[in-house]
Amino acid sequence: MQARAGFISSPHAARVNSVDWVMLQVCLALVPGTLALVWFFGWGVLINMALAVVFAVVAEALVMKVRGRPALPAIADYSAVVTALLFALTIPPTLPWWLTLLGILFAIVIVKQLYGGIGYNPFNPAMAGYVFLLISYPVATTTWLPPDVPALLAAQDLVTLSFMDSARLIFTGALPAEHTWDAVSAATPLDEMRTLLDQGMTMDEIRASSPLWGLFGGRGWEWVAFWFLLGGLYMLWRKVITWQIPVAFLAGLMLAAAVFWLLDPQSYPAPMLHLVSGAAVLGAFFIATDPVSACTTKRGQLVYGFLIGVTIYVIRTWGGYPDAVAFSVLLLNIAAPMIDHYTQPRVFGQKRSA
Amino acid sequence: MLFSVLNPHRERLWHFHGGIHLPDEKALSNAGASVAAPLPTQLVVPLQQHIGAPSQACVGVGDQVKKGQVLAKPQGYVSAPVHAPSSGTVVAVEPRQVPHPSGLSAPCVVIATDGDDVWGELPAPLPDFAQQDPAELRERIRLSGIVGMGGASFPSSVKLNPGPDQPIETLIINGAECEPYITCDDLLMRERAADIVDGIRVMLHILGTQRCLVGIEDNKPEALAAMREAAQQANEQDGAAGRIKVMEIPTLYPSGGEKQLIKILTGKEVPSHGIPAQIGIVCQNVGTACAVADAVLRGRPLIERYVTVTGRGVGKPQNYRVRIGTPAADLVAASGGYTGALEKLVVGGPMMGFRIDSDAVPITKAANCLLALTPGESPDPGEPQPCIRCGRCAEVCPANLLPQQLYWHARAKDLDKVQDYNLFDCIECGCCAVVCPSHIPLVQYYRFAKTESWAREREKRAAEHARERHAAKEARLERLEREKKAKMRKKKEAVAPKGGKDDDKQAAIKAARERAAAKKREAPEAAAQKEAPEQNAAEAGAAAGAETPKVAAPDGKPPGAQANAKTQAKAAEQQGAQGAVPKPVPDDGSRAVDEAKAAGAETLGAGPDERPGEGSDDAKQPSAASSTEQERPRASAGRG
Ligand code: SF4
Ligand code: SF4
Repeated sequence: MQARAGFISSPHAARVNSVDWVMLQVCLALVPGTLALVWFFGWGVLINMALAVVFAVVAEALVMKVRGRPALPAIADYSAVVTALLFALTIPPTLPWWLTLLGILFAIVIVKQLYGGIGYNPFNPAMAGYVFLLISYPVATTTWLPPDVPALLAAQDLVTLSFMDSARLIFTGALPAEHTWDAVSAATPLDEMRTLLDQGMTMDEIRASSPLWGLFGGRGWEWVAFWFLLGGLYMLWRKVITWQIPVAFLAGLMLAAAVFWLLDPQSYPAPMLHLVSGAAVLGAFFIATDPVSACTTKRGQLVYGFLIGVTIYVIRTWGGYPDAVAFSVLLLNIAAPMIDHYTQPRVFGQKRSA
Repeated sequence: MLFSVLNPHRERLWHFHGGIHLPDEKALSNAGASVAAPLPTQLVVPLQQHIGAPSQACVGVGDQVKKGQVLAKPQGYVSAPVHAPSSGTVVAVEPRQVPHPSGLSAPCVVIATDGDDVWGELPAPLPDFAQQDPAELRERIRLSGIVGMGGASFPSSVKLNPGPDQPIETLIINGAECEPYITCDDLLMRERAADIVDGIRVMLHILGTQRCLVGIEDNKPEALAAMREAAQQANEQDGAAGRIKVMEIPTLYPSGGEKQLIKILTGKEVPSHGIPAQIGIVCQNVGTACAVADAVLRGRPLIERYVTVTGRGVGKPQNYRVRIGTPAADLVAASGGYTGALEKLVVGGPMMGFRIDSDAVPITKAANCLLALTPGESPDPGEPQPCIRCGRCAEVCPANLLPQQLYWHARAKDLDKVQDYNLFDCIECGCCAVVCPSHIPLVQYYRFAKTESWAREREKRAAEHARERHAAKEARLERLEREKKAKMRKKKEAVAPKGGKDDDKQAAIKAARERAAAKKREAPEAAAQKEAPEQNAAEAGAAAGAETPKVAAPDGKPPGAQANAKTQAKAAEQQGAQGAVPKPVPDDGSRAVDEAKAAGAETLGAGPDERPGEGSDDAKQPSAASSTEQERPRASAGRG
């Protein structure tokens, strides 16, 4: 029994968990929501994801090289892939490739690696990358496509893009000759709602105004939210995430929405609409739960999630942007260490007041 | 709550935070009855198998000893004697390698057995224990060498003497056996339930208590049934229904940790840094209860214990009744030898046991399991990755700590911060390390931080001591000076006497002050002495198998590698001292050599010292021979 160099301290039992496993579970959980997005918004979504992943992995590898560390372990934990996927799911399916590159470089090189790589970044890289683009290129990052719902397309004289069209748009920025931007693009439901509310329309009028609206929120969007929710539940089941952040997040958003909606249902949209019409579900389960930048204590996670939800509502309702998941998450990232500090659990055998 | 509504006969159970479900692997070894391990030709009996002061050998080379004869006498209150496990001749009293995480050697009595296995003179059995004075029974237990057999090895007689200011309401008997693989308590409960219950009755009498709860995990139905029956019979016999209650608790690691079990069964929490007696509880292992029965009812000292030999690294996993001092290799051989693929040999369970580098080490009173793990059972966790702050560790921590914060500060060697995050409430259960997705050796970091903290504490105390000594010296010099002057003055005064009264007064005040200062100087020492048993108790309070291993600065490297390199460097240096050419040391050996040189005696001395009262004599003489020569047989033994 030669004394083998290596691990000597207990426990000797096999490890039951690993970072790459966790990240792969996240990727898996993204599948249903992604398919729904592709279904409603076309191939651009997939092309963006592929581009983002390639950019992210290459960027990560290069940075590791520059830092003089082995690149393979950093790539093999799939954390860069998850960042890339989340980034790609938040940007519009028409975003020019070089903006994707810019966003990813910002996310991976500056937000993640300059802070020391995985585990050290105080901000969620995907959201930081997205916000960076949102501020620098507000038009390109808010131009969305209409959901592929026949009634809607017919009513507003819109068309959808084929795979080749999407690819050309992303790589060259050129639309097919027969189409104009007006014919292919549409505001997101939250954007549309904000504009119309600002014009003094009531909620009833807004919802009756266009086939953009479905049962609870934006057509197509509500299905996307549903499938992301399913993915989120899968992660809960596999214990990849815990319930605290998503539940508190959605509760914060819905509660804030409910208060104002009950006061004035014509000027404030219903909680359900807030829930299903933007990136709220994706944010609650996939983005706010990013462990590195979130709170780690259980009570802290409740506070953290709740405040993100409330902040989203505040920005959506009174702020300058129609959706605010990214901003809210980044804001609460800043507060996370402080929240952690004040929400430490009571240690076994210590008095409750301690 | 729900349980008590649905099932009124069931006592209420409580929960502790966290814990994990692990594959229990008990079926490997709990199928058959236990067998008596073959009597080895040589028994290697360590003099210190307990927490506390090492005992003193009272036999010499060449002495004939009988089974049960005292080999070493306890030194001090927190100590335990050691008895001959069989008859034979003492062939050596020398340091041998013992199963200890430090890997150091410690003094042992080596007996060449004669095969007759005859008992020596034993103290009289005390079947009427209920009429005996508790103090007498405690003394019997003490002289029988009984220590906590769950792994903590704290002298049982001390635990059974909580003192008049700590009335004990409940005796808790730990039959949880929550670690995977281990089944020795399971088999013991199946086969010796009546004896265990007798031991419980003795202990209840000693403590003057009328309530005993036996906690057994629900994955041991046969043990549960046997214990229930035995308890019921005893209760009927004593005319005290419900005095001893056997409780089925859910299987969840580490429910067998002392603090956790107490919480589950009573809902009470042992105070942080405290011991169970403070909340009116004494907790003993089932093996200890059985040994108490043997000692009191039969007059037999502790010379044998149940040991599980298991893991897929041995041919035929099984439970044995093993004489203390039997070499581990003998048990492996009895179990069909190694199967070939051996990753490591562990004493204790896979969660809290410690690796041993040689199967020449003997079985001790605290060794409940010998675990031969294959690479498949104990895969190399690989390079640790950065913490992703996922919080899984905090979710499973039974002490409700924040392991990731502890890790963070332990890595930064911020000893104040780790204590702010309650490092010393960590029971080293390993839950956090097992679930950590980044495969960080968290427990290693905590041990490192604990060791460092103790070292710092010692330094502080030493510095204080030095300062006080300095002050005392100054005072003494001053006094001498004053006395000289006073003498001179007196001489003068003898010539012209006047105003002597004032001086006298001042001298009296000074003398009083000095007396007070001297007392103060003594005080810290007294305090330190008082602290020792306290710390012991706290250590015993940690879950079974708590240990203080040789801990290396993790330094971002797999800590084990460095620790090993250090050991090797140590060996190399010792060889060097003997004039031999130092062995080439792999990896970062050269650095380790430097370190070892720099750390020098510290590396060697620190190990035993950390564990209060551990063979510090030995630390001064870990002979080069013992650490280098034994490395070689080790190499062959493992591959065999
Ligand atoms: S489980 Fe490991 S990676 Fe997760 S927070 Fe704890 S130490 Fe960090
Ligand atoms: S080893 Fe310590 S920190 Fe880790 S889970 Fe156990 S008690 Fe908590």
